[in-house]
Amino acid sequence: MHTVIIIGGGPAGCEAAYQLASDGIQVHLIEKNNETGGNLNNWYQLFPDRKNAQDLNKRLQEQLNHPGITLHLGMEPSRVEKDGQGRFSVSLSDGSLLEGDALLVATGFKTFDAKRKEEYGYGIYENVVTSVDLENMFRNHAIRTSKGDVPRRIGIIHCVGSRDEKVCNFHCSKLCCITGVKQAIELREMLPESEIFCFYMDMRMFGPGYEEMYREAQEKYNIKFIRGRLSEAAENREHQVQVKVEDTLLGRPLRVTLDLMVLLVGMEASNETQGMARELGVKLAPSGFILPLDPHYGNNLTGEKGVFITGCCSAPMNLTDTLNDARSAAVCITRYLNMK
Amino acid sequence: MYYDNFVLPFTIGLITLLVYLCVRYYKWIRSFPKIDRIKIRRGLFSRKTLVSIKEIFMESLLHHKIFKTNPVLGYMHMTFAFGWFLLIIFGKIESMVYHTSAFNPPYFAIFFRYFHPAKETFPGSETFAFIMDLILSFLLLGILLAVIKRFYSKMFGMKRTTKQRPYDLLVLTVLWLIFPARFIAESFSSGINGGGSFLTHSAGEFFATFLPLRNLSYGAWWTYSSLLGLFFLLLPFSRYMHIPTEIVYIFLKNWGVEQRKQYNGFSEIQTNACSRCGICINTCQLNNSCDIKDTQPVYFLRRLRNHEDFSVQSENCLLCGRCEAACPVGINLNAIRLSTRPDLTRVTKETYAYIKPKAQAETPAKVAYFAGCMSHLTPGIIRSMQEIFDKAKVNYTFIDEEEGVCCGRPQAICGNWKAAKVLMDRNQERIESSGAEILVTSCPICYKTFKEDYTLKIKIMHHTEYIDMLLQEGKLPLHKNDLKTVFHNPCELGRGCGVVDAPNHVLEQVSQRIPTRYDGKNSLCCGGSLANTVIDSQQKTKISTDTVKAYSAYQPDVIVTACPLCKKTLGKTSTSVPVKDIAEIVAAS
Ligand code: SF4
Ligand code: SF4
Ligand code: SF4
Repeated sequence: MHTVIIIGGGPAGCEAAYQLASDGIQVHLIEKNNETGGNLNNWYQLFPDRKNAQDLNKRLQEQLNHPGITLHLGMEPSRVEKDGQGRFSVSLSDGSLLEGDALLVATGFKTFDAKRKEEYGYGIYENVVTSVDLENMFRNHAIRTSKGDVPRRIGIIHCVGSRDEKVCNFHCSKLCCITGVKQAIELREMLPESEIFCFYMDMRMFGPGYEEMYREAQEKYNIKFIRGRLSEAAENREHQVQVKVEDTLLGRPLRVTLDLMVLLVGMEASNETQGMARELGVKLAPSGFILPLDPHYGNNLTGEKGVFITGCCSAPMNLTDTLNDARSAAVCITRYLNMK
Repeated sequence: MYYDNFVLPFTIGLITLLVYLCVRYYKWIRSFPKIDRIKIRRGLFSRKTLVSIKEIFMESLLHHKIFKTNPVLGYMHMTFAFGWFLLIIFGKIESMVYHTSAFNPPYFAIFFRYFHPAKETFPGSETFAFIMDLILSFLLLGILLAVIKRFYSKMFGMKRTTKQRPYDLLVLTVLWLIFPARFIAESFSSGINGGGSFLTHSAGEFFATFLPLRNLSYGAWWTYSSLLGLFFLLLPFSRYMHIPTEIVYIFLKNWGVEQRKQYNGFSEIQTNACSRCGICINTCQLNNSCDIKDTQPVYFLRRLRNHEDFSVQSENCLLCGRCEAACPVGINLNAIRLSTRPDLTRVTKETYAYIKPKAQAETPAKVAYFAGCMSHLTPGIIRSMQEIFDKAKVNYTFIDEEEGVCCGRPQAICGNWKAAKVLMDRNQERIESSGAEILVTSCPICYKTFKEDYTLKIKIMHHTEYIDMLLQEGKLPLHKNDLKTVFHNPCELGRGCGVVDAPNHVLEQVSQRIPTRYDGKNSLCCGGSLANTVIDSQQKTKISTDTVKAYSAYQPDVIVTACPLCKKTLGKTSTSVPVKDIAEIVAAS
């Protein structure tokens, strides 16, 4: 029987593990945290259907009960080696050794560290939060300013750490726009009286139902979308955030005082993704994500034989695409093993 | 009378050269602005002239600065300049002792061995012969080194020698042949008539064993004279124009002539004073990080001299000043580069009319704080300065807290002085209306232009200097901690304004500062320079990555700088070591 080692227990890793196990392949799933789910653990509701993110997470977890899957929680691969027969051996942080016939990298993304965009004042101004922080607030059902007041004016800032050469990130993170729309609607539901702005460069509504959601946000939920990139932010004595932005549709500079500013942080390759690429000699794209062998036919393949990739370690993806990508990786691996 | 027709090429060459140089320099100097010409008149009979003579001796002859950078290269330059100089001086003295008159024609000393019948001795004739041979051997050795350098430039600690035009190669060959030709002519004469010393005498005896010297000797002297004459004629159009021009430049510089915003005769003189030593190539990060090899001063100035297109090179420069700091001739490289940038903007006072003047402060604060546009992108720095002011109980006003006007330097360093001037006037008004005694700024870019281009009557300080002052006056409570720091001195602050000690003092008092080879004026450029409009963002990132690497090699806990732009630029690539401003370190201690 063949064995596959999967590194990373986020949605991609979990789904791939289940698919492979269902095909009768022995799977070792390595996850550095003490629970699976990865970034999904930080999410409240999903777009576009607004389902509870934890329901999906739970479902993925239950699938891991399959007898063909061995979970290694709280473990990290400390060394990966490949022998002449194309077999991989992975040493884990507790010293144990796993052996497998193929390796699936599912190490995912990390969100951009908003402190690197110092002009937006994250970590300096009291009322600046990231989209991840906001998800947390949603889960606690408490949207408050640092003083504990209800924010009357909220600004959501798009493209923080994405499409920005000043932080060396040229890529679009693809999901933040729709996250912004979803979060604006959620905010509106909780705070019917507040004013809510989105400051965007372009609205990228790529998925089914997204554009509709964006339209609804404007028509039904009265969210104001302003096209323009934030140039700088300052804090006043009341700890409100004063932002300077140019409304590029009206061609006018704009100054807005916000009670709460939300930064839609972009996605970057996680440290583990970069580390694995280095360890395995796999190429990185200029964006820092792993470069697939071919964008159409080989998006789960790398230049290294027996090393496969799936999920956000190769590019920002929404959950739909991530799960599809995991299944596609499972197909590729099964075929590879059968030909061996 | 001592004369022979073969002295003609030398004499004609020399006279032509002298006449040409006089006309050239006169024309250039005439184009100076009046104020600079007055400075020359005042400086001429002052101590400054003596200082210049000393400097000429140290630099033009001994090449003491090149020595400091690179001893082998220095030796090579020195043998040529100083060796030739000694040869001329001792030759002249020798001829005067022999002839007992100061007024023999110039060629007499140069061709002394031809005219002097060897058997006829005079006081010290053997000593002179020995000294002259010694100097000649010293020169020949220099040439040998130069030839080797052409082929193995690595040995001299240089990554590459400057690339030459064919014309320059011709002149170079002529120059290299002069001394071997002299050696041959003197040896031949010595082989026939005797005379000379350990070098020419022995060589003469040796040549006499197998060469018909009597037939060859006269021709050898013609060759020597012709090579000299040819060299003099070619000199003004070759790199060797730097020899006389550097001397002129040293005088003018010491008399106080300045490189101004316009490209003028003084710029031409400096352009021609470049010896093409190539030292600037190795200091340039565009070369080291981005492999750009046509924009360094040696090439840029050559384009200017040869009237080739320099529009790209003019803009492709960080104006970091690293080359200027290293240039042994001390050419104002940044100012010259800037003077060649065209002013492309159409800006009038109306352009910025929407910026309202600030009302006169009723009770002026003692200190006016001007953060600068860049600092508004790094609120951490502003925060820290505010904390420091509060801790030291300083009465201050924050000039550009709500809205500010750009200091104008970003426009100026791209050549757009008209736009800059409008902004500068606006800003000056706002600063003056504060009525403060000290202007403190967090941005070295603003700082430099406040000092150089504004006519502010208040004391101007960068925050490093101001913090240093507060610490010295004991106004700022202070706790030294174990943080290991390295200091990245911003180009505009260290090399640009000479602020080197203040940040080091401050850092030593609040942290464990690790000295680096990039300290003070040797600092690197962060790569974020606003002055370069040619390279793209990836190339800039490459420079900052390399800079971060260089500092990280010292394994600091934090890389400290004193400029919002440096902080942002280095911070974007430094993922493992944090980059902070000195104000943030002080505020946190
Ligand atoms: S998805 Fe939208 S917010 Fe995110 S990087 Fe792309 S354009 Fe910017
Ligand atoms: S500019 Fe200065 S450093 Fe550069 S080649 Fe000329 S003399 Fe040397
Ligand atoms: S100023 Fe800096 S970038 Fe420009 S040529 Fe000199 S060293 Fe190179």
